[in-house]
Amino acid sequence: MRYLPTSDAIRRDMLAELGLNSVDVLFDHIPEYCRLQRPLNIPTGRSEAEIIAWFQQAARDNAPGFTSFLGAGAYQHFRPTHLDQLISRGEWFTAYTPYQPEISQGTLQAIFEFQTMICQLTGQEVANAGMYDGSTALLEACMMAARVTGRSGIVVARSVHPQYREVLSTLTKPREFPIAEAGFTPDGRLDLAALKAAVTAETAAVAVQSPNFFGTIEDWEAAAAIAHAQGALLVAVIAEPVSLGLLPAPAAADIVAMELQGFGIPGGFGGPYAGIIASREKFLRSLPGRLVGEARDSDGKRGFVLTLSTREQHIRREKATSNICTNQALCALMASIFMATYGRQGLRELAQQNLSKGAYLASACQKAGLEVLFPAPRFHEFAVRLRRPLAAIEARLHQEKIIPGLSLQRYYPELGNALLVCATETIPRAGLDRLAALLSEV
Amino acid sequence: MAEINDNLSQPAGTRASRHLVQNEDLLFEVSSPGKRGYQLPDLDVPAAPLTAARADIPDFPELSELEVVRHYTRLSTWNYGVDTGIYPLGSCTMKYNARVNEHVTRIEGLGDGHPLQPESLSRGALRIMRLLSDYLLEITGMDAITLQPAAGAQGELTGILLVRSALAARGDRRRKVLIPDSAHGTNPATAAIAGYQVENLKSNPDGTVDMSSLDRQMTGDVAALMLTNPNTLGIFEEDIHRIADLVHERGGMLYMDGANMNALVGRARPGDFGVDVMHLNLHKTFSTPHGGGGPGAGPVAVKRELEPFLPIPVLTQKATLDYDRPQSIGRVRAFYGNFGMFTRALAYIMANGSDGLKQTTEDAVLNANYIRKKLEGHYTLPFATPSMHEVVFSDAQQAQHGVHTGDIAKRLIDYGFHPYTVSFPLVVRGALMIEPTESANRQEMDEFIAALRAIAEEARTQPELVTGAPYTTKIRRLDEVAAARQPVLRWKPKS
Repeated sequence: MRYLPTSDAIRRDMLAELGLNSVDVLFDHIPEYCRLQRPLNIPTGRSEAEIIAWFQQAARDNAPGFTSFLGAGAYQHFRPTHLDQLISRGEWFTAYTPYQPEISQGTLQAIFEFQTMICQLTGQEVANAGMYDGSTALLEACMMAARVTGRSGIVVARSVHPQYREVLSTLTKPREFPIAEAGFTPDGRLDLAALKAAVTAETAAVAVQSPNFFGTIEDWEAAAAIAHAQGALLVAVIAEPVSLGLLPAPAAADIVAMELQGFGIPGGFGGPYAGIIASREKFLRSLPGRLVGEARDSDGKRGFVLTLSTREQHIRREKATSNICTNQALCALMASIFMATYGRQGLRELAQQNLSKGAYLASACQKAGLEVLFPAPRFHEFAVRLRRPLAAIEARLHQEKIIPGLSLQRYYPELGNALLVCATETIPRAGLDRLAALLSEV
Repeated sequence: MAEINDNLSQPAGTRASRHLVQNEDLLFEVSSPGKRGYQLPDLDVPAAPLTAARADIPDFPELSELEVVRHYTRLSTWNYGVDTGIYPLGSCTMKYNARVNEHVTRIEGLGDGHPLQPESLSRGALRIMRLLSDYLLEITGMDAITLQPAAGAQGELTGILLVRSALAARGDRRRKVLIPDSAHGTNPATAAIAGYQVENLKSNPDGTVDMSSLDRQMTGDVAALMLTNPNTLGIFEEDIHRIADLVHERGGMLYMDGANMNALVGRARPGDFGVDVMHLNLHKTFSTPHGGGGPGAGPVAVKRELEPFLPIPVLTQKATLDYDRPQSIGRVRAFYGNFGMFTRALAYIMANGSDGLKQTTEDAVLNANYIRKKLEGHYTLPFATPSMHEVVFSDAQQAQHGVHTGDIAKRLIDYGFHPYTVSFPLVVRGALMIEPTESANRQEMDEFIAALRAIAEEARTQPELVTGAPYTTKIRRLDEVAAARQPVLRWKPKS
């Protein structure tokens, strides 16, 4: 086996040093009924060339070379080529959690910089080193709000990503956190009157997404005022980090739960991604997940360490703020390199391009006679109503190698034949025109 | 530590050697206004206006592309990875991360796939998930599996929620989860999040489950026993059959933390020894890279009784997605989980095959026993029970000279090695937890053993040399207490 650095001769020699004649002896203490008495029913080892060929075939059976207008929590942005080359250095991707800071300063400094950039983007005072993704970050943010307020009620906007809401519902069920939803208005924004009615003195967290699932931009201040009037915390959910290049920072929120996939993390059929939690300094001790802090060494030099770990499971066990034991470090690193590459001007320009492409496509759809559902200001994604169900026209679009967007039938049946469409900077004008034409033809 | 002779602090003839290391300031300190590391294509549609756009992102970095590349290259050289050398972190299974795994994950059509693209355009991705599921079921001997959990700890949570639902379906509501004192911290944290009271189960002098304690504590109010097998001491629970029977007789379920499956693959299957539900860590046993602290993936495999409760969507035998599962616990993560880890784990299984997987297990166990034999006497072995893929020593002898496991770990760095896991499991005072994995070659293991023996000698003769280590790293020991007392968690511009 090509990965194993031990030859049969060395094995025999090592066994001899242990005074054993067979490796089987090392497994003798496993009771016999537990031992597998046959080879695993898995083919024997294959060459690298065969493995690559197998996966290439699998890739062809997906949708290589398609133009996709899918967003809905996973956004297609150009990934600078140096990004993958940098994270492919073995010192990054084959290292583990930096428990030994003296030989992990690279990872630790990168996380410290990451935390800083997240604070700069979100207008928050502290950010953790990462969560699994946006959906679980929302859950963790709500649980954090419950710890801070001593309450358990959660009010979540119906315009928050439906799968995020499903995760929230699954993982809060055992502890019976009551969850209420607040709907949206015909202009595609959170219904503030409904929100006000739903938030009570038992509410711990009010969760609002912007741009929301329909791509519409919400008003953080208005949502915060309603939450704070009842002593609840506002959890700002952000599924598209690129939007922060242009949209106001959610500084009015108490906790930010953000998905970072849009920052250079590949779509990859849904993962791995990375989420984050950012918040106010006064809630620091309630924060879940890892944190990196500045420290001085015995010579007075600046370095970085994992810190405040008394919040975490490996120290506090059942009293920890979360059971999480990862910070998706490599995905967070991708996001860091992406942020550092685009930087102060680039992120704004990138966001501006995405805003413009979305606006152009929406206007092209309208000109082609289609109904764009929500008039409120939006980022790069919007809902459009089709004359027929998507299923009826999908084959035709696939023939043209186009994935037109996401049917909202499963999640919002009340919107009829609505399609959620996203236009990022990666799609040239001709592609936008083509989609509008095809959608209006069928 | 000026009194320490430089020749001693830099041990000669070892794996470690001095090398040019670049200093590098923070991104924000390297940044200067007007630089850019990107160029977008010209915008080919009219620029859309946005009222109420933010003015700026103050202090966000501005660097050229070359500076970005140099920054992250320089930082990387301050790290140590499996590619650098032996990485014997116990319980973490730091094995080789094959490059072909990285390659196949990035193939066009896989790496850039969108999770919501139609099933008809995702056949290849679903086939990968099906084949990986089938292989993992064969390896574990379980009946059904979900790949959705994002990491081991999320797998634990998913598994405990499955137990909760399955017991509820029996009309049985229980309030407690039993967890041995040697368990990972995630186990009790998970049980608490799942709404259970955690009850600690003491180990016996062999380091395994104490059957009389289990008999006493396994009451009708206990939903599950969360057991790691082999446990965190690297010891196989030889009474597993009796443990499983007792838990089942009292109406509970046996959860197995599969963190240590690298000791069992091809040799023993949890499904054959009474486990009802378990998670696997693809980033441990199945070689997906640890990435500096993630991402991982934590598939959960179950016996038939728990299958109806698996998270949606469930992958059918025909590799389609089934959302119509009325008894499902629901979703635990958006989309399908960490798909990029599925491709890597599958490529690992394919490369090894049944023969290579078994050989891998045998080498991992042989290596741990080799290290155990060579270090016994130099360090105290708290349990005489046979070791599997990892061995735990204590610092009892060294502590007499004021040298503790954390000091020995730091000194090991001067000899050119990443340390073992320090002070875990908690049942051993001053633990040194060593897991060489199958990826350690003998020559390096011999050097590692020689280094630990030399440090044992140093601890006896010049303890202050060990307690002052490391000497050869870019920075010395950091003051973690001060860092936690007045936390500085982000850079700020000098005002």
